[in-house]
Amino acid sequence: MKSTAGNTGGIQKKKMNGYVGFSNYPNQVHRRSVKRGFNFTLMVVGESGIGKSTLINTLFDSKIFPDREEMPPSAEPAKGVDVTSMSADIQENGVKLRLTVVDTPGFGDSINNEDAWQPILENIESRFDAYLAQENRVNRSKISDNRIDAVIYFIKPTGHCLRVIDIEFMKRLHTKVNLIPIIAKADTLTASELELFKAKILADINYHGIQIFKPVSDEFDDPETVADNREILSKIPFAVIGSEKHVERPDGTPVRGRRYPWGIIEVENEEHNDFIKLRQMLLRSHMEELKDTTDMVLYENYRTQKLLSMGHVQDNNVFREFNPLVQMEEEKRAHDGKMQKMETEMSGVFQQKVNEKEAKLKQSEEELYARHKEMKSVLEKQRSELEEKKKRAEVSARPVTPMEQQHTTKGKKKNIFSGF
Amino acid sequence: MTAPEVQDYVGFDTITQQMERKFLKRGFNLNVILVGESGMGKSTLVNSIFSTHLVDSQGRRTAQEVIRKTTEILPVTQTLDENGVRVRLTIIDTPGFGDQCNNEGCWVQVIKYIKDQHAAYLERELKPQRDRIINDTRVHACLYFLNPGSRGLRPLDVEVLKRLTEVTNVIPVIAKSDSMTLDERTLFKRRVKEEMSFHRISVYPYSSEDDDDEDRMLNASIRELVPFAVVGSEETIDVDDKPVRGRRHGWGVINIFDETHCDFVHLRNFMLRTHLSDLVEVTAQRHYEQFRTSQLRQIKELRAQQAAAAAAGGGGGSGSSQPPVGPLPHQPMAQV
Repeated sequence: MKSTAGNTGGIQKKKMNGYVGFSNYPNQVHRRSVKRGFNFTLMVVGESGIGKSTLINTLFDSKIFPDREEMPPSAEPAKGVDVTSMSADIQENGVKLRLTVVDTPGFGDSINNEDAWQPILENIESRFDAYLAQENRVNRSKISDNRIDAVIYFIKPTGHCLRVIDIEFMKRLHTKVNLIPIIAKADTLTASELELFKAKILADINYHGIQIFKPVSDEFDDPETVADNREILSKIPFAVIGSEKHVERPDGTPVRGRRYPWGIIEVENEEHNDFIKLRQMLLRSHMEELKDTTDMVLYENYRTQKLLSMGHVQDNNVFREFNPLVQMEEEKRAHDGKMQKMETEMSGVFQQKVNEKEAKLKQSEEELYARHKEMKSVLEKQRSELEEKKKRAEVSARPVTPMEQQHTTKGKKKNIFSGF
Repeated sequence: MTAPEVQDYVGFDTITQQMERKFLKRGFNLNVILVGESGMGKSTLVNSIFSTHLVDSQGRRTAQEVIRKTTEILPVTQTLDENGVRVRLTIIDTPGFGDQCNNEGCWVQVIKYIKDQHAAYLERELKPQRDRIINDTRVHACLYFLNPGSRGLRPLDVEVLKRLTEVTNVIPVIAKSDSMTLDERTLFKRRVKEEMSFHRISVYPYSSEDDDDEDRMLNASIRELVPFAVVGSEETIDVDDKPVRGRRHGWGVINIFDETHCDFVHLRNFMLRTHLSDLVEVTAQRHYEQFRTSQLRQIKELRAQQAAAAAAGGGGGSGSSQPPVGPLPHQPMAQV
C-alpha cells in the first residue's frame, strides 16, 4: 500500500496500513467522564409567579423546587433580590449529573426594581472569583466548578416589545453568562401572536446589541446536526410552558400538560409550545457547548479583565522560562545599587557637615588668638607701668627735694605721657 | 306610617317613561380609566366590552420606539348609539404606568387626573351662573389590570389600589386569563380578596343601606367573581361554521362569551347592563361628594386664615360667606 503524503504546513498526512486502535480514545474519555460524573449549574431569572420552579421541575422531571408555601397577606413582601441555590444528584443510564439550580426570588417584584440585576451579577462574578482562586492554588487537584453555565431569563408574554427591566438585565449580563431568554406562559399567545412577539424580541435584542446563546454549526458537523441546529435556531426565543401534573387526553392517554375548559395544552407537543426544543438544546445537544463557552470564553474574558485591572501587565517580550533565581539576582543587584547610592549620598552629606564645623572652629580659634594677643599686650603695658612705678619707688627711697619731686612728678607726668 | 291607598289612577307612574324620554334626548357620559402595565390586554378588553374598536394599543411595537419614561394620560372620546340611546364614552388609557424599572410614583398622574375631573366639576358647580347641564368628565369606573400568575397582589398593586379606591370605583380584572386553569383562578381570586381585605382596599360594588335583597344578592354574586378573569378578543373565528368571538389556540378555541371559559359576560353585564347607572351615581354621591367636602373645608379654612391675618393687620374684614369663583385649592402632589 502506498502511503500518501501531503504537506500541510509541515504536517504530513499519512494513511495507515492496518487498524492501530487510537480511534478508541473517545470511548476512553467517555468512560472516564462517566465515572467522574458531570455537573451543570443553571440560573433562572424572572418575576414571581412566572413559572420558574415549574419549568425546572418539568425539564428534569423531578421536584427540584418544592411547592411554594402560601404566605399570609400580613407577611412582608421580600425586599430586593435573593440568590439561593439548590443541588440535586440525578442519574440516567449510568450517567451521574450534579445539577445545581440557582433561583433569584424577588427579581422584578418590588415597586422599585432599579439595580435588581446587581446581586445576580455579583453572584455570577463571585463564582468566577472562586474558580480563579482555586486555579491559583498550589495544589489544584480538586477544583470544584460552581460557575453558572446558563441563565434562563423568563420574558412575560405581553406581545409587545421588551420591557425596560428585560433590556437592562440582559445588557448587563450577556457578556458574563450564556443567556437563554424564553417566553414564559406560552399558552397566553396564539400562534400568529407568538410569531410577531418573537420577531419583536429578536429585533429588540439586536437593536441593543445583546448576545444570546445560539447553536452554531461549523464545518465539522454532520448534516443532521446542522439541520437540527437550524431548527433550534428558528424557534429562538423558545415559548414554553411547564407542568408537573398529568392530564388525560380525550383518548385517555396521560400526558404532562394543563387542562383548560377549551382544551388541553401538552408540554411535550411541539405544536403547542417549544419545550421540546428547549430541553433538546439545554440538555441533549448543547449542554457541553454551554459548559465549554462558560469555561473557555466567558470565564477567560472575566479573568483577563480582572487580572488587567489588578495591575498585571502582559509581558509580551517573551514567554521565556520564568527563572526565580535570576529574578532574585536581579532584585539583589537593584537593591545593592540603591544601597550604594544612599551610601555615597550620606557620606557626601557627612563630609559637608564636617567641613562646616571645621571652618567654624577655625574661625573661633582665630578669634580667641586675637583676643589672647590683645590681652597680652594689655598685660605687657600694665607690667611696664608697674615696672616704672617700682623704679620710681626705689629712687624715692632717698629724700626727694621738693624741686626734684616737682620735677619728677612733671617728668613722671611727661614720662607717662611720653610713653605714648 | 302606612302609605295611603290611591283610589283612582293618577298617572305619576309614567315618570319613568318621562325620564327615559329625557334621557334619550340628552344622552349620557360614561368615563372609564384603564390602569395596568403595558401588555396586560387593556385595549383589547375595552374594545371587546363595547364591541367596537375604541382605542389602539399603546404598547411599544418596534425596537426603535422610545420607551416612555412616565405615565401618560390619553383620553379618547367617542359617541356610541344603541337603540336611540346615546353615550359619550371616554376611555382614558394610561400608557407608561408600571413599565419602568423604578415605578415609584407612577400612579401620581393617574390620581391627579381623576381628582382634576372632580375639581373641574366642582368649579362649574360653584359658578354663580351654572351651565344647565354640566358636562360630566368625572371618572365613573377604573378597570385595574392584575398580573396573572402572581401569588396575589404585588406591592405595586397594593399601593395603587389603596389610592385609586379612594377616588373612584375600581373594578379589578385579569385580562389575559387564558394562561390560568380554573383551579388557579379560584386560588388567585381567593388570595386577592384576602389581601384586599387585609389592606382595607374596598372595590366596587359597595354595599349601602339602600340595597334591597335583590341588590344585595346581585352584589354578593359579583363580589364572588372579583377579580374578573376575562379574555378579550376583537376577532371573530369560525368554529363549526359558527362565528365565535374568541381566540384560536393550537389546543382549543376560547369563546369569550362562554361563561365556562371566562368571566367576560359577567363583567360586561355587570358594567353595562346592571350597574351602569349605579356607577355614575356612586361616582357623584360618594367619590365626588368626598372630594367636594374636603375641598370646601379647605376653602373655609383658607378664608378663616385670611380673615385672621386681615383682622390682625387691622384692615377690613372679609365677611363674605359666598365662596368666590376662582382657582380651587386643589390637592398638592405630596398628598397623593
